[in-house]
Amino acid sequence: MTTVETASPDVGDRSPIVNDFSLVVATANGTGSQTANLTLLRTFFQMGIPVHGKNVFPSNIQGLPTWYHVRVSEQGYVARKESELLIAFNPATLDADLRALPTGGVAVLRDDVHPTVARDDLTVYRLPVKKLLEVSTAKGKVREYLANMTYVGVVAWMLGAPLDVVEAALGVQFSGRRKLVDANLEVVRAAFDWANEHLEKRDPFRVAPMNATAGKLLMTGNEAGALGSVFGGVSVAAWYPITPSTSFVDALREYLPELRRDEEGRPTYAVIQAEDELAAIGMVVGAGFAGARALTATSGPGLSLMAEFSGLAYYAEVPAVVWDVQRVGPSTGLPTRTSQGDVAFAYRIGHGDTKHAVLLPSSLEECFEFGWRALDLADELQTPVFVLTDLDLGMNTWMGTRFAYPDEPLKRGKVLTAGEIEAHGFARYADVDGDGVGWRTLPGNVHPGSAYFTRGTGHDARAAYSERSEDWLENMARLARKYETVRARVPAAEVDQVDGADVGVVYFGTTRYALEEARDALAAQGVRFSTLRLRALPPGPEVRAFLEAHPTVVVLEQNHDAQACTILAGEFPDLAPRLRAAAYLDGLPYTAGFVAERLRPYLTAKEA
Amino acid sequence: MDRAQALRANAAGLAKADYLGNPSTLCKGCGHNSIANQIVQVAFELSLRPHEVLKLSGIGCSSKSPAYFLGMSHGFNALHGRMPSVSTGALLANHTLHAIGVSGDGDTGSIGLGQFKHLVRRNVRMVYLIENNGVYGLTKGQFSATADEGQELKYAGLNDYPAVDLCLEALAAGCGFVARSFAGNAKQVRELLKAALAHRGTAVLDIISPCVAFNNEDTSRKSYAFGRDHEHAMQDLGWIPPQEEIVIEPTEPGEARVVGLHDGSKLALRHLEAGYDPTNKRMAAERLLRAEVEGEFLTGLIYYDPSRPSLAETTHVGEAPLSSLPDEALRPTPEALASVLARY
Repeated sequence: MTTVETASPDVGDRSPIVNDFSLVVATANGTGSQTANLTLLRTFFQMGIPVHGKNVFPSNIQGLPTWYHVRVSEQGYVARKESELLIAFNPATLDADLRALPTGGVAVLRDDVHPTVARDDLTVYRLPVKKLLEVSTAKGKVREYLANMTYVGVVAWMLGAPLDVVEAALGVQFSGRRKLVDANLEVVRAAFDWANEHLEKRDPFRVAPMNATAGKLLMTGNEAGALGSVFGGVSVAAWYPITPSTSFVDALREYLPELRRDEEGRPTYAVIQAEDELAAIGMVVGAGFAGARALTATSGPGLSLMAEFSGLAYYAEVPAVVWDVQRVGPSTGLPTRTSQGDVAFAYRIGHGDTKHAVLLPSSLEECFEFGWRALDLADELQTPVFVLTDLDLGMNTWMGTRFAYPDEPLKRGKVLTAGEIEAHGFARYADVDGDGVGWRTLPGNVHPGSAYFTRGTGHDARAAYSERSEDWLENMARLARKYETVRARVPAAEVDQVDGADVGVVYFGTTRYALEEARDALAAQGVRFSTLRLRALPPGPEVRAFLEAHPTVVVLEQNHDAQACTILAGEFPDLAPRLRAAAYLDGLPYTAGFVAERLRPYLTAKEA
Repeated sequence: MDRAQALRANAAGLAKADYLGNPSTLCKGCGHNSIANQIVQVAFELSLRPHEVLKLSGIGCSSKSPAYFLGMSHGFNALHGRMPSVSTGALLANHTLHAIGVSGDGDTGSIGLGQFKHLVRRNVRMVYLIENNGVYGLTKGQFSATADEGQELKYAGLNDYPAVDLCLEALAAGCGFVARSFAGNAKQVRELLKAALAHRGTAVLDIISPCVAFNNEDTSRKSYAFGRDHEHAMQDLGWIPPQEEIVIEPTEPGEARVVGLHDGSKLALRHLEAGYDPTNKRMAAERLLRAEVEGEFLTGLIYYDPSRPSLAETTHVGEAPLSSLPDEALRPTPEALASVLARY
């Protein structure tokens, strides 16, 4: 049996690799490494280097393995990438983690672990964690957490990150609480100084200051979506805890007390933890009916329970916003892994004939924007609006451009005042404007003619119970007109059409990061294709035009059943033969390399 | 009602006819129709302003009935067993509304038992009426969860399971206003309704309301005949408006007692059962359990505790309904956005 020693391969003559690598921290769940990981991430960010952090974690509170990937990319690529640098702090996965490293990789090991894997093609640094912790007087759990700061110090030394930047990053991490910053910094410094004295830098990886993060922020998609919802005027939020959406509501509960109070300091909002997702969306529908902007946040299993109310809200035409932070199903599935597996379900959720507005944000900026826009759309269209993100976007830390304040006033939709009823009369489901969206009234309207009876049963234009075929057909025809209004109002797809390209690729959500990196790499090889990034369903006319312009359209999505591809085939049956399904899901975000290989069979090189 | 009565105006300037809804499509003689009539009468007597009332229901015969009263009030006929969550949301949006929810024994006791108990737990301010007949009507006569153990019905056969007592469930969930009544006792239904509307919390009224189509055999404990012969009213009830002076003549065997309600009105209880204290939760639970064992049909105010805050109070929202907030109160300023983003 060979053990890995602190010896190193002959890599001294390799040219430096600056600001272009991926680092993975392997720890056990519940050991408090998140602070250390985010400190590293923020350190690089403060140095002006584009970064992204991805947590691959188990459904567990304590003990199971977890990996935190930090991608550092001069070019701004943030897709998942196999890591060249490993911080191996989990003995349980040590061998497997070492095996996963590419030749020329780097491993930082605690000096009290002994791997059985022989890798003479790596640079290995050993770290006396217990000895380094001697500088700290902290005890128990805190001491255990502080142990993670030793790798922060060593990584700073190894990559050349200045300690004052690490200190600033700790300041952000601990919201400026000096005592905590100092306690952590002490350990970081001890490790840094020890490494400086005892280790010899033998690997090629470096960071160097850039100016690529000015005006940017680091945040999770759930935080961005929650903040956007606050700026969309959300007043009622009802929810039931479920990974990976829980932190969306946590963020709401952080922002709302700060941003939404009346002159007397009383809240102008209510957040209710419901007994289940049935009740959560029921509260949202009740609030929407009564005139308050309301949302819920959930994931697939919760969305399953929301099917009943989604159908009612569609047919009774009640505004509601549902954030679905997707994870892998069916059933409990892989509860802490990312997916785009709810697209078809959300789009058609409800029995009978239902087709919903589905927004598909791909970035922090879009999470923020769709946060307020979804509430506008729900009110304007009087219908539930589903915002589908995923665990990768929702829970991981991304770099984004500082959000623009909403550039449009709030849109409260068609709500009649008593005076307007007096002047024009009122019939709840009459298509007065020809766009399929009727005018509604809110409870509390003093006009004696304002009341109507909201129901899921068949109804006529005045909301009266009806089983007449004519009334049913008329109502469904109006809903079909309304669907076209929905199509016109939801965010349009982003199209990048390449002249002369025969192949187009359709994608959405977090798939963009690997796809866009792969697109650049393939373009460098002379392989070019057009792209269309869906930002909502139903698909607009630009999607039809894209299908018409390309004989082959590959739909790349993170699920098994090619759900978006099937929806497009249904929306544009005449063009369906052009569609090619490239669905794939294994629980991990795509890498650019994977995407390039996935697309290659459809593509041919063209002379540039 | 005669024409003159129908046209006489109350303090809201409305006639009784103004509180009517559409004609009922329920069976002739259905207890639910009688309850709808009492709601109309009470709304008229209390001079409720229809636009301040919100009607809610689930699914079932009972839940159709909000269409048959208060036609000038907004209504929401929701999903089976889900009226509590819709009510909670609507009242979070506008806590100034007087909400009247109508549910049935299937809607509350089976499919909606969870939502019912959580609504009560949160103390959402509303009158929660259960029109309880022990059977499913629209699906033609299956037992509901409130049917008596051992009961036999032509279609459903023998009921093998114990009845769910919805008053006990309400009590266990922390309800501050628990009452049971009988659709055949119109006066008691009216007095309890008035008191329930004054209660600032969830007021549960479990009203035995016979189903003339499927569960009205004289032997059924949910029938008119059984109710008339066996109803054991625990009190004579008299609701007293806020301004009125109270004069109560104590009579044997019970003593008179007045409980103050949240809006300043009062409910006079002339106890027909010596020693029963409706503000004692343990006594209430024991009395309900004893009634179950002894097969008694108790009616009246079973439990009253005005002390728990309503959901509107727990959430500390201001006077103005969330639904009426102006745009500037809904969307924080650009400076507020900048200040949040500065942390990231």
